[in-house]
Amino acid sequence: MRISGKGLVSGNRTVNFAFNGRHYMGLEGDTLASALLANGVHLLGRSFKYHRPRGILTAGSEEPNALVTIGKGAALEPNIRATQQELFEGLAAQSQNCWPSVERDLMAVNDLAAPFFGAGFYYKTFMWPRGFWEALYEPLIRRAAGLGALSGAANKDPYEKAYAFCDLLVIGSGPAGLMAALTAARAGADVILAEEDSRMGGRLLAEVEEVDGKPAHLWVAEVLAELESLDNVRLMPRTAVTGAYDHGTYSALERVSHHLPPSQSLKTAHRPRECFWRIHAGASVLASGAIERPIAFRNNDRPGIMMAGAVRSYLNRWGVSPGERVTVFGNNDDAHRTARDLLAAGVHVAAVIDSRHDAPDGEGFPVLRGAVVCDSTGRQRLESITIRSVNGEEKIQTDCLAMSGGWNPSLHLTCHLGARPLWRRDLAAFVPRADAVPGMVVAGAANGSFSTHGALTEGAAAAVTALAGLGTSATAAPPPMASDAPYRISPLWAVPGKGRAWLDFQNDVTVKDVTQAAQENFRSVEHMKRYTTLGMATDQGKSSNVAALAVLADATGRSIPETGTTTFRPPFVPTSIAAMGAGAEDQGFAPQRYLTSHQVSQDHGAQDIEVGLWYRASYFARPGETNWRQSCDREVMMVRSAVGVCDVSTLGKIDIQGKDAARLLDLVYSNTFSTLKVGRVRYGLMLREDGFVMDDGTCARLDETHYVMTTTTAAAAQVMAHLEYLTQVVRPEWDVRFASVTDHWAQFSVAGPRARDLINDLVEEDVNAESFPFMGCGAVTVKGVAGRLFRISFSGEHAYEIAVPARYGAALYRLLLERAEALGGGPYGMEALNVLRIEKGFITHAEINGTTTAFDLGMQALVSPKKSCWGKVLSEREGLMEEDRMRLVGLKPIGAVKEISAGAHLFEPDTTVERETDIGYVTSVCFSPTLGHMIGLAMVSAGPERIGETIRLVDHTRGIDALCEVVEPVFYDPEGGRARG
Amino acid sequence: MRICCPLCGARDRREYSYRGAALPLPDLAADVEVWHAHVHLRQNPAGPLEELWQHEMGCGAWLKVTRNTATHEILAVTLAEEACA
Amino acid sequence: MGFSERFSGWRILKEGLTGNKGWTAHWRDPEPKRDYDVVIVGGGGHGLATAYYLAKEHGLRNIAVLEKGYLGGGNVGRNTTIVRANYYLPGNSEFYSHSLKLWEGLEQDLNYNAMMSQRGMLNLFHNDGQRDAAVRRANSILNQGDDAEILSRVQLRKLVPFLNYDNARFPIMGALLQRRAGTARHDAVAWGFARGADQYGVDLIQNCEVTGIDVEGGKVVGVQTARGPIRARKVALAAAGRSSQVAAMAGLTLPIESHVLQAFVSEGIKPVIDHVITFAEGHLYISQSDKGGLVFGSYLDFYSSYAARGNLPMQEHTMEAIAAMVPAVTRARLLRSWGGIMDMTPDGSPIIDHTPVEGLYLNAGWCYGGFKATPASGDCFAHLIATDRPHPAAARFRLDRFRSGQGLMDEEGTGAQHNLH
Repeated sequence: MRISGKGLVSGNRTVNFAFNGRHYMGLEGDTLASALLANGVHLLGRSFKYHRPRGILTAGSEEPNALVTIGKGAALEPNIRATQQELFEGLAAQSQNCWPSVERDLMAVNDLAAPFFGAGFYYKTFMWPRGFWEALYEPLIRRAAGLGALSGAANKDPYEKAYAFCDLLVIGSGPAGLMAALTAARAGADVILAEEDSRMGGRLLAEVEEVDGKPAHLWVAEVLAELESLDNVRLMPRTAVTGAYDHGTYSALERVSHHLPPSQSLKTAHRPRECFWRIHAGASVLASGAIERPIAFRNNDRPGIMMAGAVRSYLNRWGVSPGERVTVFGNNDDAHRTARDLLAAGVHVAAVIDSRHDAPDGEGFPVLRGAVVCDSTGRQRLESITIRSVNGEEKIQTDCLAMSGGWNPSLHLTCHLGARPLWRRDLAAFVPRADAVPGMVVAGAANGSFSTHGALTEGAAAAVTALAGLGTSATAAPPPMASDAPYRISPLWAVPGKGRAWLDFQNDVTVKDVTQAAQENFRSVEHMKRYTTLGMATDQGKSSNVAALAVLADATGRSIPETGTTTFRPPFVPTSIAAMGAGAEDQGFAPQRYLTSHQVSQDHGAQDIEVGLWYRASYFARPGETNWRQSCDREVMMVRSAVGVCDVSTLGKIDIQGKDAARLLDLVYSNTFSTLKVGRVRYGLMLREDGFVMDDGTCARLDETHYVMTTTTAAAAQVMAHLEYLTQVVRPEWDVRFASVTDHWAQFSVAGPRARDLINDLVEEDVNAESFPFMGCGAVTVKGVAGRLFRISFSGEHAYEIAVPARYGAALYRLLLERAEALGGGPYGMEALNVLRIEKGFITHAEINGTTTAFDLGMQALVSPKKSCWGKVLSEREGLMEEDRMRLVGLKPIGAVKEISAGAHLFEPDTTVERETDIGYVTSVCFSPTLGHMIGLAMVSAGPERIGETIRLVDHTRGIDALCEVVEPVFYDPEGGRARG
Repeated sequence: MRICCPLCGARDRREYSYRGAALPLPDLAADVEVWHAHVHLRQNPAGPLEELWQHEMGCGAWLKVTRNTATHEILAVTLAEEACA
Repeated sequence: MGFSERFSGWRILKEGLTGNKGWTAHWRDPEPKRDYDVVIVGGGGHGLATAYYLAKEHGLRNIAVLEKGYLGGGNVGRNTTIVRANYYLPGNSEFYSHSLKLWEGLEQDLNYNAMMSQRGMLNLFHNDGQRDAAVRRANSILNQGDDAEILSRVQLRKLVPFLNYDNARFPIMGALLQRRAGTARHDAVAWGFARGADQYGVDLIQNCEVTGIDVEGGKVVGVQTARGPIRARKVALAAAGRSSQVAAMAGLTLPIESHVLQAFVSEGIKPVIDHVITFAEGHLYISQSDKGGLVFGSYLDFYSSYAARGNLPMQEHTMEAIAAMVPAVTRARLLRSWGGIMDMTPDGSPIIDHTPVEGLYLNAGWCYGGFKATPASGDCFAHLIATDRPHPAAARFRLDRFRSGQGLMDEEGTGAQHNLH
């Protein structure tokens, strides 16, 4: 019911919205909750387990009940708190977890079976008959559980992430937060003031009181005006600080456009839906206020039973009375404010029920001292409550009960680094430890200072303390005049009696569940939580935890501090995966690296394939070729018979210079590089410190003190970090410097019998057997550009790699292809490259898979016995030198089945096929057009001893069961004459 | 988490990579027991630990960082090449 | 076993009709005795399972489990609840196969519904190399006698249509499916073993931190605890997350580094993900609990830590992986994040073995695979403790393999840096 002239939204523009298909009007500045209450709508949803009717409990992000679904199609968004959602024109919301409607929910039948659904019931049943759990019980439970539903479509809304830096982060904009921000801002500090509400001011917007001799909200407006005028202050409304992390890092979620109609925000204004902030703050002031807690009594969960402070929020901020005949139930003075405010606004207050015998007098309303509410009626909305006092029980008609069991400081962020809060008896509440989060000072209600005066004073002082920690001196802003009413409370957690009294409204956990857990010896607070699911709902126990602790303490005969607390963990408010994962959608997940030759390759029919972060040409489809194999076979034969060109720039290239360059290479490679002659290239193997092979590649000596190392594409970054480790940590005294030049050089393989012809056609120098012998290298001039030429081969053919600065890459590649085509050749891709290397038995990371040693790969000769190297000692552990280790061999089919498949396992021909008889696996396979059949590389137990033997290959997943001959891993030109010649 | 690189200043943890405990290096030719202990065995304290980080996405410097593994508090940062030289 | 306390549908009915007043303690809270045949250090999943199988399979009764906090308060209570047997290296292969079989009979055995749900697990692959590795793995699993299938992209799309098939940075090529893999209600596993062990007479002693291990003449004789000294013929360490500290009390230095691994749960939503799905390129694994929360995790935070909490970079990485591959669920909201402390070994595989101290046994180094191992870890550790011989399914989990190089089980091939697995 809207009260004319009341509230801060009074006189605002009207806004049309719909709920469960019915149309309503609210005011600009309303939340969905305040607008629904203004329209007399109290039933919003259903609880999780018993599907009990649920109304609005709170006026903030802690709301456990009023969760709704908003939007449609792919924009459908479940579990939105009606208490936070700002109204916008055309907003359409629906109830969730009910069918067919929130009024008539068939699952409410669960409520009748409640006696059988007590704490932990599911652990004790659903086990018979075996198999029925997955077939029957679990699907039923899954369907009944959950809250709202997702649309099933991909989320296409924009989200963002951002970083922010400040001296002081102030969390919360109530009296303490505003004073902290003001104090720091006036001292010249960079300040961020984050407030999860759409409007700054905290409780000052919700209470009838004066600050500095004027209505509190006007004082708020003045302070905000000053803060806004300062360049060193950033005001962030709709921004909930969600986590405190190490070293002054905070996370925050900004609801950038939840309050705008989709047509205004996402499409036209290009605003993200949400922004996830990483804030690095020198210091912080936590001024997050407090959260009021319910009192457990029988049937305390009906729509219309609300928090007393929330009733004041709706009345004073939004001009809405949640009832026409309101009752108040509390154990503290603060609850009486609700009655006062309602009465002043002309709302009938039937009674204030105060459990304390010394409760203050009513100011125009009856106060029942020493009385409690012990029951309620009303199926979908509160109709009456029953009051118990020394005079017995009495029923009162009421449509809204405002309850207050006291306030819990909102200390969640102080627990994120593992600190446990302290119990304060006088407040009957936990308060934060002073040193909970380094650099954080807590102020105001969050610190247990509940009066406005106390919050204002403490907020200013907190900023001074926090800034002092940064070496900045500040003067506390003088606190304005404000109320300093004492907070008097006498604990009341649960009203004794029969029936179900709710602690956790969303998860349907009652006092009985907690006492039953204790009875079953789930006495640890963590056990109780996990057994009953208390505090595990979307509000993470913000309203329920402390009362449940008190009930558990009582049931186990311990004090509350002895009982302990569960841990608050990030995020403070639920945060969409989309916001935290922003930027990674689709192609944004990882960088895309393209070669200089990419476009030219595309023009030649290249099909791309991802190789790590790179895109490389897989094969080049020629007209008439209908599958990759045709292209691949052609490209292989082209290299073997004429010449092929392939971009190999993705290989890591590291330029190494210095007096001790050779020593570094002798340390990092298992074989020797100090003896390598200038102008020559050598193949090298690198070991990890545990002795397994890290990587392989070639290294060229350009000068006495100058080498260029190549790494595999996959290990480029790892090798770079490894070299940095060796030079900075292991041998910092050596005179050697290096840099990654992978992106500086475009490098192309030119392979095949006509390779030299092609190269000579392009470079100014005479390339011949003397100037560039096999494994020779040197500088060349390519059409006037200084380049490098390496005579190395990964195909087994006479081959070169030619390198030019990357800016000439595309031009050189185009030239190379032109000339190659004139010689009967052309480009080849990764598929052909793979076939060429398997035919030659060259290894890649399919074989260097992290579990193979030089010994396993048949490269023990490359571990020089004459010198030590990184990883050598552990590579020679006895277990790594055993003959029967899995070792590299080749395979060729010899039976009726001519197939070999990668990932197949190998067995002796006459054994059963099981793990115990498994003697190896296939690492790489291809169809060799050169040989006319399939070939493979494999790791086989005692492989080299089995050369010539028959072995059985089984790939269950592809249905292959074949016989192969174990052969040497080099299938083609084993003498190497083609590459050398 | 933030680490103060002596060359670059305070930077977010995501610029750094972690190697583990900073241990005295055995001689390259030391026997297998020594290398086994160096590579595999760890005191693994719950408290201050000297460890190696690299400012991999920044200047590339390897750092010796003293950090409390129970609280994540960083007690000291030096360049590894100075600490190990 | 006295089964007056047996759980059943009838019992639920009876208690429901009589106000649920008849439920009794799941386990006793005994005072520690002065000596035991076996003292197990650590009342997590593995410690409790060990006690249960020691009693059930080996007839021992004079056993204590000493827990410094509350039962099941370690990693068994803070994980992503995945159960699977899809390892490919000898050692791991037979062990997790054994474990999965125990899982399948666990609830009947314990008379406790741990909600083991064989929802099937899908490991996505995105390129030829990953496919070949998946095929190798699938064949290993099949050779071991467990189930595995390679699904094509088309088959996968039929099964889980909501993944990003159309515009992923790493296009989906297919998946390895293990139908018998799934999830279980993690806390209930600990409680079921605890209740089972208690019914055999095992003393489960909470709030009893072990502060010293008494060794005389190279032989263990007992432990010092926060509640006084306790003598024991055998002491078994199952204190994941604190293994190094506990072992150090007996003078041992372990090949273990402690790291934090975060896990996450979203607000409850109606069923959307039926399987456990892993996206290796993003290190992501995700499933949906019976309560409706999406449960997911990814990588270590990558620094030594004993603080059971993590930091933002890995949280964001995890959400990014979901945004990339499962864009249909990104409106779900992260509800809670937490961190567990992992014993990371140099090869990523665990240790169940004797120690150089006679009578002192070690169960450690589960990296982030401890939950699914729970029953077999208990069974195999119990076997070792009772018989002094390794259980055949865990014979390769030796402490000396790092020194010898023999039988290393580096499934990921990343090498000996503890934090790389």
